[in-house]
Amino acid sequence: MPMALTERTVRWLRRAAVAASAALALLGLTASALAYTIYVSNEKDNTVTIIDSNTLQVTNTLKVGRRPRGIALGKDGKLLYVCVGDDDGIEVIDTASMSVVRTLRSGPDPELLTLHPSGNPLYVANEDDNQVTVLDVEQNRVIAEIPVGVEPEGMGISPDGKLLVNTSETTNMAHFIDTATYKIIDNVLVGARPRYAEFTADGKKLYVTAEVGGTVTVIDAATRKVAKTLSFKIPGVNPEAIQPVGTAITKDGKKVFVMLGPANRVAIVNGDTDEVEKYLLVGQRVWHAAFTPDEKLLVTTNGSSNDVSVIDVESLKVVKSIGVGRYPWGVVVGP
Amino acid sequence: MGSSVATFRAAAAAAGVFLSLTIVAAAEPAIREVRIGMIARKPPPPPTFSFDAVPEDEGFAGARVAIKENNTTGAFTGRRYVLDEAPLKEGEPPAETARKLIEGGAGFLLVNLPADDLIGVADAVRGRDAIVFNVGAPDDRLRGADCRANVFHIAPSRAMLTDALAQFLAFKRWRKLFLIVGPKAGDKLYAEAMQRSARKFGLAVGAEKTWEFGPLVQTKGDSPAQADALVFTRGADYDMAVVADEAGDFGDYIPYRTWDPRPVGGTQGLVPSSWHATHEAWGAAQLQNRFRRAAQRVMRPIDYQAWVAVRAVGEATTRLPDAGPKDAGRFMLGESFDLAAFKGVALSFRPWDLQLRQPILLAQPRALVSVAPEAGFLHQRTPLDTLGFDQPETACRWR
Repeated sequence: MPMALTERTVRWLRRAAVAASAALALLGLTASALAYTIYVSNEKDNTVTIIDSNTLQVTNTLKVGRRPRGIALGKDGKLLYVCVGDDDGIEVIDTASMSVVRTLRSGPDPELLTLHPSGNPLYVANEDDNQVTVLDVEQNRVIAEIPVGVEPEGMGISPDGKLLVNTSETTNMAHFIDTATYKIIDNVLVGARPRYAEFTADGKKLYVTAEVGGTVTVIDAATRKVAKTLSFKIPGVNPEAIQPVGTAITKDGKKVFVMLGPANRVAIVNGDTDEVEKYLLVGQRVWHAAFTPDEKLLVTTNGSSNDVSVIDVESLKVVKSIGVGRYPWGVVVGP
Repeated sequence: MGSSVATFRAAAAAAGVFLSLTIVAAAEPAIREVRIGMIARKPPPPPTFSFDAVPEDEGFAGARVAIKENNTTGAFTGRRYVLDEAPLKEGEPPAETARKLIEGGAGFLLVNLPADDLIGVADAVRGRDAIVFNVGAPDDRLRGADCRANVFHIAPSRAMLTDALAQFLAFKRWRKLFLIVGPKAGDKLYAEAMQRSARKFGLAVGAEKTWEFGPLVQTKGDSPAQADALVFTRGADYDMAVVADEAGDFGDYIPYRTWDPRPVGGTQGLVPSSWHATHEAWGAAQLQNRFRRAAQRVMRPIDYQAWVAVRAVGEATTRLPDAGPKDAGRFMLGESFDLAAFKGVALSFRPWDLQLRQPILLAQPRALVSVAPEAGFLHQRTPLDTLGFDQPETACRWR
């Protein structure tokens, strides 16, 4: 029976093929850095730019709803969530087909969002409505609406998903919300016009930026007391141009990158001492940033120069600028 | 046995009730009231047809929006903000109204009145635990020789407005000005401020003329006057005409009626002001939307100035919870006072004359043109201090 394949051989061949492709994938991982996908929301263009992290080239530009700002990736990177503020919704994009699969009812004017570490629910700041909306992303259903201060914006979730922190730009507070009860359990006054809140990966510290105050408030997450207030001084840059907006913290908590808006600089803060160690010159009006999952690169959005800067995290050097759409605002990096 | 368990349960339940009550009491601090008074005169009734009449709620509408914002914050800090509106009746002396507002508990007073009335209010409440916010009067003397230690100026001074325009003209290299000055006292002061700004920023006032053709914006169709007005600008050598017409009587008549094709700015045309309906940058779109929803009209500079004053009170009383009005005033002069007010930078007060430092918008009727301070105008303290009277030149001596 020369070439007839028995059922057993077929099974063996299949298994071999799977093993081979897995080995290839492993090889790919070690040979060059794994190619990640960088997604950038362009506020004025109503698009999302897609960049390959290996070649650092734009590979695609997606049309989305009006005024895309906040952007987040689902747990496995299969779904991309984009706040489209002027359309009062959040678009869900399938990253395999790069098409909008549905629009979530987010409440009015969503600006920033964050996902529960489990991937559901989604927490959205409704800037025009003084509330945070909690959304079940699978059922497309509003679970809760939490009244907060005037112009809510920044949204940070603790690594265990138990605490949500929202900042309100005109009230100047960080509101600590219990994600089980949807109740505010504490409010901490921070600098003027707070824009962003981020927990360290160990959940012990929270960094809150204040755009107009020019400060970053470091809050002890357990006591919810201010541990330190950071300010920034850059020779030759007038203090009013120093406006902290986004942050990006390495998983080990040792490096905190603070995007300083119209100062066109990224500050690097030592996460152990909370002292500023270095400033990097990037594009104009640097807004938000995201690491590649291996934390080798940090990508910043530069609103006024319509590009993103790529920072090598180990050497702390800006290695490339990549032109994107108009007013790049948010950025996430997925597999 | 059974009954003792029941008793125990009842006692525990009672204790529980007691406990939860004390917790509630501890979690919710006693609500404290912060009263803010606002005094203004009703605008004169508009002519039968006016396309952009001063609204009756000008100023008040801005203060109301800010009160609502303060109360959203107040819900977290245990504070309730109340606005005591005191529109003056015909002939009603403002100083008396101010005293009544203070007796009613309003330690913060917003005043939208001409300079002399404002001084009257300030002097009437001197010695009380109260501070006054000037939300309307642009007079430089209020920040200079006639300054008062209890008056914070939210309205930009004339010098700040004309400095903003002069910076823009210097930036454009439009250096020769033709000043057209109206007959009213404020118009002359505006022209003086423009003269000073021109000297400060290296511009030249090539010609200055007084407008003698009446309020042509209102009395259209008076053909002899028009004929004279049409040749009014003939023979002058200038890059830009600057009108000084604070009442809006004739300034809008000038654009396109100059002899030579020249742009027009000042109180009409390209106007420097604290706020403009088309300003949307730095989150301003949100405030514009909130205001429009609340007042059913666009936000005007006086509305914005009243909004800023109430927000300054909100900010000071949130940061310094036990502050009375005077303490709050001292806090507002401190290093740590940063007011976010949709101008892209933090606003603060100049300690030498209590003037609010603020960027000035330059706008034509339907579009924002520029924001002063212009890039490149530097100052050792902050670029904002390139606008208006700086510390070494102030004539303010506290009394």
